[in-house]
Amino acid sequence: MPVWTLFGLKHGIATENWPDNAKKDHQTGVLGFPRLEPDRCEENCRACADVCLPGAIGINSSENGDRLTIDYGKCIACQLCTESCPNEVLTKSNDWAFGVRSRNDLIWAEALTSKPAQELSENIRKYFGRSLHIRHVDAGSCNGCESELQALNNPYYNLHRLGIFFTPSPRFADLLLVTGSITYAMHDPLLATYNAMPQPRWVMAMGTCAVSGGVTGGGYSCGNGLDGVLPVDLYVPGCPPNPSAMIQAILLLLNRSKQQVHGGHYAQ
Amino acid sequence: MRGTSERIVQPSEITGTCERLVEEGARLQMAYAWFPEPGGPAEVVYLADRGPHEPFAVLRCKVPQESVCLESLAMRIPLLSWYEREMTDLCGITFRGHPDPHPLVLHEGTHPSMPPLDPRYPTNEPMPYSEQPWELPPIEGSDVQVLPFGPVRADVLESAQIVFYYVGEAILHCHPRLFFKHRGMEKRFEGVDPALGVLIAERISGVDSVAHSLAYCQAVEAASQCKVPERALHLRTVLAELERLYNHLHYLGHLCHTTTLKVGEAEGKLLEERCKKLNGIFTGSRFLRGLLKPGGLRRDLDLQDLPLELRMLEPEIAEYIAALEKTNSHLDRLITTGYLPQQIAFDQGATGPIKRASGIERDLRRDHPYAAYDRFEMAVPMRTEGDAHARAQVRMEEIRNSITLILKALASMPEGPVNVSIDSPRGEEGLGWCEGSRGSIYYAVHFDHAGRVARVKVKSASFSNWRVFPYTVHDTNMMDYAINEASFGLTMAGCDR
Repeated sequence: MPVWTLFGLKHGIATENWPDNAKKDHQTGVLGFPRLEPDRCEENCRACADVCLPGAIGINSSENGDRLTIDYGKCIACQLCTESCPNEVLTKSNDWAFGVRSRNDLIWAEALTSKPAQELSENIRKYFGRSLHIRHVDAGSCNGCESELQALNNPYYNLHRLGIFFTPSPRFADLLLVTGSITYAMHDPLLATYNAMPQPRWVMAMGTCAVSGGVTGGGYSCGNGLDGVLPVDLYVPGCPPNPSAMIQAILLLLNRSKQQVHGGHYAQ
Repeated sequence: MRGTSERIVQPSEITGTCERLVEEGARLQMAYAWFPEPGGPAEVVYLADRGPHEPFAVLRCKVPQESVCLESLAMRIPLLSWYEREMTDLCGITFRGHPDPHPLVLHEGTHPSMPPLDPRYPTNEPMPYSEQPWELPPIEGSDVQVLPFGPVRADVLESAQIVFYYVGEAILHCHPRLFFKHRGMEKRFEGVDPALGVLIAERISGVDSVAHSLAYCQAVEAASQCKVPERALHLRTVLAELERLYNHLHYLGHLCHTTTLKVGEAEGKLLEERCKKLNGIFTGSRFLRGLLKPGGLRRDLDLQDLPLELRMLEPEIAEYIAALEKTNSHLDRLITTGYLPQQIAFDQGATGPIKRASGIERDLRRDHPYAAYDRFEMAVPMRTEGDAHARAQVRMEEIRNSITLILKALASMPEGPVNVSIDSPRGEEGLGWCEGSRGSIYYAVHFDHAGRVARVKVKSASFSNWRVFPYTVHDTNMMDYAINEASFGLTMAGCDR
């Protein structure tokens, strides 16, 4: 097959050394989750909450007036709130590295008072070295997450260089990576896959559907994501999370990168 | 329904009327049921394409409330078979004389308190479900083996189960069990503000976000009779073609994966990634989400530098395609694989590049133009071989055409606003359509008297093509299966909804 050998040699290497080189993350221009500045909020304005289809934005009324809350675990980054807000309380951003260990860290808290990120097993490196094998289960996604997961093996991201592999059999898997809001028909196959995995094993909720149900959760045939179905070690909201956000989250699981979000606040 | 030629027919006339339509050269596109009044009788709607530039024909038939039963058309018009089974599962209507009266969308073992698409069914009530063994055709012969493959399959793939009956390498029968991913998306639209419905439409099939949201927006616009500004129409054309581009490049890369052409796979997926990156740079979303809304676009886009990027990409794509087309090991696996005869493609409802590779020259962009497609000359690539290679070739040519089309649309981009406000479509209904990268997508949208969405029917391309696909698997061999499936370019999310 000389055609393809020559082709490969001529085109060279496309892989970048992200995340070591922080600038080469491939996500130029990609919009992430909205940023929140509640101090600018006007009283009795519900513009953002009214356009929030998955109900990620809430308004808590108390004696001190209304207070805006946002749950990034429900947010689908549709940007409608940023477009409807008259006072730039919610603004567009490029913040997308939202993988967290505790679901509560996705809920916007008034100040940085949330508990320090719950540490994953200290022993993860002892068990796996720096390598990880992943079994993916699609439990009712829109195929957006799968499209980005497939992209992880393209020459740009080249997941193998980080010692991370997708494996066909749950018997060889360390991590169960779940997408979708868990349809009734995928509930049992999902549990069967989990039960077929050797211990120790970890579970990651990938995409807003798996984190909270998002736009597709509930209804006559869907659950509301992984909570209550399996013990979740890492939540990665995003609709869908971009490939760099996925890699960042997998490295976070391995204690090879830092959590960016605490109490809904994104580290700058 | 606005934009269509509509007829109300009695249950006794439906067979004759549909047959006459088909004899006149029309092709049925979809059928669905809805409940105009909560608690009232259901109405079944049939949609037929009567040929290029003719308005779509719509037949509406009230279902008798005593029997909740209509005559099945599946024996005469086989492509309606799945639509009828879907109506039985989701709307509780039975079809007399259906050749295959099994559940389709809802698996055996589900017990909804009433048909889920009945407006009286609460929007947030889960169906009771206990897993039941699936009814499979009986097997005869001692050497016949059964392989249930899925629903969790190898690699990063969408969930579906394919049951094979095989002897050695030879597949005797292939029985796909789909709809594991049925999320009840059509029910999600119930009671939603028309502007927010776009977000749901974008999430029916993630890699067809533009095609689905465009068809949805056009249906809302038809219902509210609004005129979308010229600049928005051009931008929509560009976005729809950008979506086709990254999908087709992914398709070629994935096809190489199944024929184990590693560098070919890497290059296809590299080119796909470059397109997705361009989407991110120019629109903020790799999947081109959050851009469309009924009445136009949510915001204007600055695409000034896009032609330069595309012109850089164009020769690389050409080089890639040329290299694929002279790789014997790759072509050997594609030529004659998964043969789909024209008659089966037509009868069973194949759509998009699949039907065009089997000699049916139809393309909604040319035949029923929307957005700004009628401003440009549209070539419709076609092959008659009907095999995996022909399906790939149609897509290769469509890639070239898409780039040309985007460049033309950008060059003639008019100035002006990108949206108009729409009148509340109270009590109205509209039809929207789009030729996505996988084929035809239809949205029928009905509104209630408060101007909220009452019912949305989504016809996706993969629903049509999954119906056709098994016809190309029977009597082939296991080695070719993965290649054949990849050559169809199917999604589960769109099919299952």
